[in-house]
Amino acid sequence: MPLALTHARYQLLETVRIPIAIFGSAFFPAAAMLFFVVPFGGKDPVGATFATASMVTFSVMSANIFQYGIGVAEDRAQPWDPFTRTLPAGPAPRFAGRISAGLVITYLSLIPVVVIAATLTEARIAPGAFLLALATVGLISVPFTLMGLSIGYALPSKAAIVVAQLVFFPLAFGGGLLSAPGAAPGFIESIAPYLPTRGAVELMWAAVGDHSVNPWSLVMLGVWVVVLAALAAWAYRRDEGRRFS
Amino acid sequence: MTLARADRVSRRYGSTLALNQVDLDVRAGEVVGLLGPNGAGKSTLINLLVGLRRPTSGRVELFGGDPRDPTRRRRLGVTPQETGLPGTLRVGEVVDFVSAHYPDPIPRGELLDRFGLGELVRRQTGGLSGGQKRRLAVALAFVGRPGLVVLDEPTTGLDVEARHALWEAIRTFHADGGTVLLSSHYLEEVEALAQRVVVIGHGRVLADDSVDAIRAVVGVRRVSLTADDLPPLPGVIRTERVDGRTHLLTSDADQLVRDLVTSGIEFRDLEVRPTSLEEAFLAITTAGTADTADTADTADTAAAPASA
Repeated sequence: MPLALTHARYQLLETVRIPIAIFGSAFFPAAAMLFFVVPFGGKDPVGATFATASMVTFSVMSANIFQYGIGVAEDRAQPWDPFTRTLPAGPAPRFAGRISAGLVITYLSLIPVVVIAATLTEARIAPGAFLLALATVGLISVPFTLMGLSIGYALPSKAAIVVAQLVFFPLAFGGGLLSAPGAAPGFIESIAPYLPTRGAVELMWAAVGDHSVNPWSLVMLGVWVVVLAALAAWAYRRDEGRRFS
Repeated sequence: MTLARADRVSRRYGSTLALNQVDLDVRAGEVVGLLGPNGAGKSTLINLLVGLRRPTSGRVELFGGDPRDPTRRRRLGVTPQETGLPGTLRVGEVVDFVSAHYPDPIPRGELLDRFGLGELVRRQTGGLSGGQKRRLAVALAFVGRPGLVVLDEPTTGLDVEARHALWEAIRTFHADGGTVLLSSHYLEEVEALAQRVVVIGHGRVLADDSVDAIRAVVGVRRVSLTADDLPPLPGVIRTERVDGRTHLLTSDADQLVRDLVTSGIEFRDLEVRPTSLEEAFLAITTAGTADTADTADTADTAAAPASA
């Protein structure tokens, strides 16, 4: 088995042994589905489908910000981390393992939202669109993975927990994840395109239904990816410099 | 053949000089003890040799190359700190994980039996006792059939029985041709295992010699007394005056006390104590430039961050 898979496997094992970690990132979106989507928009197939896509985006965001932000910060504090660096392998398998495990956890955390949508609402999706949506989830994981890595490498774990919590709600609300396309309050509609959640959710909407993406949101999403990648690289290098140079 | 080498290596952390121009050669088949108090620079030196840190100046080599190159670490075994085992993973899983990094690992069952952990394969490491964790941590250093094993304080916190079991494992490894570099702040441990001792203090190699030679040096005693003025006394390696007390370091405390009494001078509150290793070696290395204030204390605080 290639070393990256081994790393992914043990990363997953550690997560699965404390399942509350997965439950945590799946809880908010699933609860939001139950309390807001099911009673209010559940009868309208189009609205329910878009709302489900929004909650999926919410889930992807919180799963990635939390698992990388807190997970990386905690690992950095453990002496096990320097020990693994004395093993005869470079950083690549470890990093690839972490990212693949992260994707698996992200997909797992979507299950409650999708199950609620399928059973308790009129949300409907064609098989082709479903596959497209699955691929889109991988794509929109990128900015939130980078955001999580930035938090995890830049901050000690106690600070990382707080920052992850502070960041994720304004991003969800400000990006218009809690309202239907074009139906958010005015000030949200004006700030949303500048947040990474907006570009991400518009891609999800376009994948599951008839939605034309606002190009400005996509441009800003690209800007976010570049900025967050730079931030994550800076935080990673700074951490390497402090602990391993 | 030299398996690990430090060549005029210095390492600075901010304004602290943790290692100062250190030379060390670990040759194949040796058991080398790295002895010194906490904060002396032992861990820093080990971190450089296993590739976790880069020297500020000088060169480190592992199996003839840069230890930061993963291929050079293929025949290296290192022990994680006992507190560092991933608590949710089972003993067998931790061994499998480490094994996956080596081309020809020791089979899991064989390794665990050798370290008396066979019964614990399915236990999560978080539930192990301190001694069991320590044994697992040391076992992990041997997974990849290493040529060189580096053990940083391997038996700290172990009871006598567990300590002796570990020593036995290390002796067996050595008897099969293995090379060991182990750090300790116990002379007893180094005596039990090593033929060669390297004493580190304040970031320098203070002595690099056989166990017997080192033991002789460590026999230095500290004779403390309160007196106004002392005549020159034979056998005194070093004299310190701190807060009105006079401390005399000597390798023959009995003779020194006899000389003190026969000299007829007034003194009181006589005390004879063994010196710490650090004191003994400072005394030896600074003999001749004696009489200065208490260097040990100031240097201690300066070197403290080196253990981080």
